[in-house]
Amino acid sequence: MNSQTPPVLLEVNGVTLQYKTPRYLVTATYQVDFSVHQGDRYVILGPSGCGKSTLLKAVGGFMAPVEGTIRIRGRDITEPGPDRMMVFQEFEQLMPWKTVFQNVLFPMKVTRKFTRGEAVKRADAAIEKVKLSKFRDVYPHMLSGGMKMRVAIARAMALEPDILLMDEPFAALDALTRRAMQQELLSLWDQLRFTVLFVTHSIEEAILVGSRILVLSPHPGRVRAELDASALDFGNADSPAFGVMSKRIHNLLFGEERQQAVIAEAPTA
Amino acid sequence: MSTNPKQNIAPSVARPEFERTLSDAISIGNVERPLSFIERTINNESVQRLAILLVLIVIWELYARWLNNSLLFPTFSETVRVFWNDVSSGVLINRTLTSLRTLALGYAIGLALAAVVTTFAVATTLGTRILSTLTAMFNPLPAIALLPLALIWFGLGTPSLVFVIIHSVLWAAALNTLSGFRSVPETLRMSGRNVGLGGPRYVGLILIPAAFPSILSGLKIGWAFAWRTLVAAELVFGVSSRSGGIGWYIFEARNDLDTATVFAGLFAVILIGLFVESVIFRAIEARTVNLWGMQR
Repeated sequence: MNSQTPPVLLEVNGVTLQYKTPRYLVTATYQVDFSVHQGDRYVILGPSGCGKSTLLKAVGGFMAPVEGTIRIRGRDITEPGPDRMMVFQEFEQLMPWKTVFQNVLFPMKVTRKFTRGEAVKRADAAIEKVKLSKFRDVYPHMLSGGMKMRVAIARAMALEPDILLMDEPFAALDALTRRAMQQELLSLWDQLRFTVLFVTHSIEEAILVGSRILVLSPHPGRVRAELDASALDFGNADSPAFGVMSKRIHNLLFGEERQQAVIAEAPTA
Repeated sequence: MSTNPKQNIAPSVARPEFERTLSDAISIGNVERPLSFIERTINNESVQRLAILLVLIVIWELYARWLNNSLLFPTFSETVRVFWNDVSSGVLINRTLTSLRTLALGYAIGLALAAVVTTFAVATTLGTRILSTLTAMFNPLPAIALLPLALIWFGLGTPSLVFVIIHSVLWAAALNTLSGFRSVPETLRMSGRNVGLGGPRYVGLILIPAAFPSILSGLKIGWAFAWRTLVAAELVFGVSSRSGGIGWYIFEARNDLDTATVFAGLFAVILIGLFVESVIFRAIEARTVNLWGMQR
């Protein structure tokens, strides 16, 4: 799809992540490398417990790797910052004491990245883009899950971060809303061409949303493959190529014993 | 095709499919109908509270009349008469104001200390441990038990009263605030830190509003503790304090065996309690936690 490769934005080199629970020291990922280029919709895909959310938290600056480096635009990541806005899976990420508008405005106000007037204009534009203008002055507890998620996305995008970090943002939504949100995210990307790092455990979502997919192995997470899914989206979700990609990822994730079963089920593959 | 296990259970009689055109829902009347005046009045909280109060007053009046002993239990009407006399002569107002002034001072200092202490405590795990140990030690300690000590340290008068009020407010407020801070969802904390907030700005912009329901209940409990402690303390050493408060007013009346005045004093304490709870704190709740959907 791209004629020339856009510049590298985020570099992850040999990153090993560990965290402590009260009883164990858990190794979440082991020597993971990947790089995200400008304008990528980069998906990290893996089964539950492969450390993909931990990896995203490390990129967010919420935890430091025990080994390896994470760099954004050549700078080492040491702490959380507004250049990497996170959208979380939970709806609690919105501040219940602020209206939709105030929530979207808040990061711009705190970081003073824009002047007051500009921030107001950007907040309104972002709310308009996620189609919530009617709910501008409503408090989050009056919104549905999908709407809250749209506010979180608008809030993150209004700040114009270098990269948008999304941690299974649609996992807590119902299937119909999830599909609508995936489409909305893609159409927003079409307009704005931002860079997004997206974590999911759904193969289908990874192919639909992602332009590149990093497949992680189960516990501890190690890189299994990096695939190009830029040609696959909603338009060809029922094409053979989509099915082939889906099966390929399935095999990468679940290995030989399951592969036999998959082939037995679908002799055309 | 392979055998379908469902076929063994269900008889394979195909049930017909259907689609319908929607009928008008007009027959039910308006889909949304405003509640009538009576329905709204009955559901109103203050109306309900007023009704409860009326019932209590009627029970009081009837019992006192039946007992017919104003030394033990004066009637409601007599209490109100004494109350009204003392309010219009200014005695009760003065006494109440004296108490409220001391109370406000102690309450404000106690809350300020609680804010400082919890802000430090929430920053580190060690701080949290220290504060939770301190609150576990001092919260159960009745403030009035510190009064003798306060009298030695600060002598008779307002400073001793303020000291015991601070003690009664500080730990209750700190305990509630700290537990409120600790129950702020991790995601909300992370989205605050994500935009680069830290230190006092993080506490002020994220933790305090997010923990506001707990903080508010800390304020309420602190207020009740402070009010109780003050009245009790005034009962103990009002004798030597020149400008006595409401506790002293009650104590004097008891010495004169003027039970109706004792009741009038208690009545004033209750009225102030009701006012603070159902006007001031209700107003704060309506503008904050209720508006934000944190509490119904």
